[in-house]
Amino acid sequence: MALLELRGISKAFGGLQVVSDLDLHVGEGEIVSVIGPNGAGKTTVFNLITGIFRPDSGSIVFEGDVVSNLSPHTITTRGIARTFQTLRLFLNMTVLENVMVAAYGNTRSTIVEAMLQLPRSRREEKEIRKLAEEKLSFFGQRLMGYRWDQPAYSLSYANRRRLEIARAMATGARLLLLDEPAAGMNPVETHEITDLIGKLRDDGGYTILVIEHDMHVVEGISDRVVALDYGQKIAEGSFEEVATSPRVVEAYLGLRKAETK
Amino acid sequence: MSTGAPEPPDARDRPRVGVDEWVANVDERRETGTGVTGFVARTWERLPAVARLAILIGPFVVFPFVTNEGNLFRYGLITVVYALLALGLNVVVGFAGLLDLGYVAFFGFGAYLYGIMASGHSGHHLQAEIAIPIVVVASALLGLVLGLTSWRLLGDYLAIVTLFFLQAFVIFVNNANGGLSDFSYPFVGRVDLTGGANGLDQIDPLNFFGHQITTTKGYYLYTLAALTILMIMLFFVNKSRTGRSWRALREDPLAAEVMTVPVNRLKLLAFMFGAATAGFTGTIFGAVQSGAFPGDYDVGLLITIYAIVILGGLGSIGGVVIGALVVNGVPELLRSSTNARFLFYAVIVVALLVAMKPWYRAVLVLLGTIAFGAVVHAIAGAAWSRSTAGHIEGGGTFGRALDHWVLIPTHASRLAGWAYFALIVAALLLTLVRGWWRAIALIPALYLAAFVWENKLVEQVSGATRLIMLGALLVVIMNVRPSGIFGTSRVEVV
Repeated sequence: MALLELRGISKAFGGLQVVSDLDLHVGEGEIVSVIGPNGAGKTTVFNLITGIFRPDSGSIVFEGDVVSNLSPHTITTRGIARTFQTLRLFLNMTVLENVMVAAYGNTRSTIVEAMLQLPRSRREEKEIRKLAEEKLSFFGQRLMGYRWDQPAYSLSYANRRRLEIARAMATGARLLLLDEPAAGMNPVETHEITDLIGKLRDDGGYTILVIEHDMHVVEGISDRVVALDYGQKIAEGSFEEVATSPRVVEAYLGLRKAETK
Repeated sequence: MSTGAPEPPDARDRPRVGVDEWVANVDERRETGTGVTGFVARTWERLPAVARLAILIGPFVVFPFVTNEGNLFRYGLITVVYALLALGLNVVVGFAGLLDLGYVAFFGFGAYLYGIMASGHSGHHLQAEIAIPIVVVASALLGLVLGLTSWRLLGDYLAIVTLFFLQAFVIFVNNANGGLSDFSYPFVGRVDLTGGANGLDQIDPLNFFGHQITTTKGYYLYTLAALTILMIMLFFVNKSRTGRSWRALREDPLAAEVMTVPVNRLKLLAFMFGAATAGFTGTIFGAVQSGAFPGDYDVGLLITIYAIVILGGLGSIGGVVIGALVVNGVPELLRSSTNARFLFYAVIVVALLVAMKPWYRAVLVLLGTIAFGAVVHAIAGAAWSRSTAGHIEGGGTFGRALDHWVLIPTHASRLAGWAYFALIVAALLLTLVRGWWRAIALIPALYLAAFVWENKLVEQVSGATRLIMLGALLVVIMNVRPSGIFGTSRVEVV
């Protein structure tokens, strides 16, 4: 059974049909890439899955439950966490705190318990801290030690992308949605991200749905590639199948060039 | 790593200079700053939380045992009350980032509700240990209702709606006196709830299990204890999942929501927490005043509390204490010319030391000014004896020393008026020159400032001068610490 399944999802903004009748499934332990030209509706799909937008029709099923009517924080607590294409870190909080925030959904202690420093609050705080440190150490030396107490804005661009992934991991999610994780990175860092995504699945046990424009990354990581254009699925399959599909070539390069090729 | 220094053992794993670490360190340096302020800030950061609390609260604890002056004491009490109020507002505005302009209404609500439950006006005399929890819970519930608006409204719009809430509250208490046009309540009909424009009088003093707080000192210590306890509790909350989530939603509500934080619930919680704090403070204020009056809970107070929070640093727990001290205490201290004089010179010296770099330039300017004054005083005294004939009254040792430095002519008010004008021109001219020229030009300008101060401003110390001084002080503070005294500089867009 698929971990995540989108059944006939449609979404329109006013008269603009952004996603139409989209079916998509992600199996347990899979890495699925979503590609498509700018404006194809990739990020909207992410927003629909994480509950930021409600689909006009269709349903989203995660682990056998319909989640398309839940609020974003509940969906994330259920096990779907995402990163943002335009980074949305809590810039004025420390690196460690950024990750610790994401543990909210899986902890229970109330404000009163925190005020009085009751045992549950103290225990949970220790656990949250340990969890955050564990997730940060996943990135090796890049996010280690001395950086943890610095504000997030002092990180380099690449490290901010890593921190976003660490934050998503700390939600306890099983499915990570990565929105262009290699955007704005140099070739070395892009290579690292490719390795990292593989490691996330192999060592971390995550299932990954990723939007990416860099075809080297897509080729390197994907079990399966889904191509979107104008909110519709135009191709699906292995990287080779999708990359050579006439409809994908057409979407990226235009019809005439595809014919002359 | 081309430097000759030996490499640490883990050097291989370290990021290279110019990649990440260097950038990070630059930011760190910029954040703490250099010079005197940077040093103070760093030292403060290193202190354990208990020591910080002791430094902040300690003077307040000592205060009632070293002074017996009635008025000063009362201002001490009001300062602590304002600090407590600001602490609650800081949760709503500083932590959660919700612009709540209706905050003072909860303060008034607390005072009135306590008054309704325990006063000669209403005829009920509930014990404080019963009445206060009721007030706190009721305020929190009212906060919940107002907080509901924050689900849909953000920023300016939330500010407008909450400000209307405050105005509605003021109008309500102004009219809910059981008059002919008043609302007829279910079961009880028309009752005089608030006393209308005359206020709700004869509020009982706080009465815990039969023990009444009767003295100003008693209220002072009671409020101070509440402030201290709340500060400690907020310190823990700030580090807990709740506090972290508040700060996260201030930074980016959408990202917080997607990272499992139920943003709407936390907004309500912030409103409720703020409202409960304000309501609780209202019971104290009502009991101290032994009355609740509509005019006390208006926009003026709101601005004062906001000034305290912003001056202390948004989101800083300790900052509210300092903020309350500056906003509330300084104008009172300035009423006496001795204090005002001391503050005047102290602000000049501190501002010079902080703003002028390198530091020895500031020292040279100060020494130069002292020498310049002594020379001018000697020459003018020899040439025209009337120019030094005046005396500083009641300045103590410091005043007598000044007598031999500043020119104090008799009947100098017209001359001083011109000097005041010249001082403003000099200050403007000073902005045009740079470097050493400015340092040199500062010397006569500072002396002129001292002359104007001693001959003109000090006379009106309880009037206009006080406000000019406060304004100047705020300008200095905001220049030195742009994000509040205890605030950390925040980066909006990188």
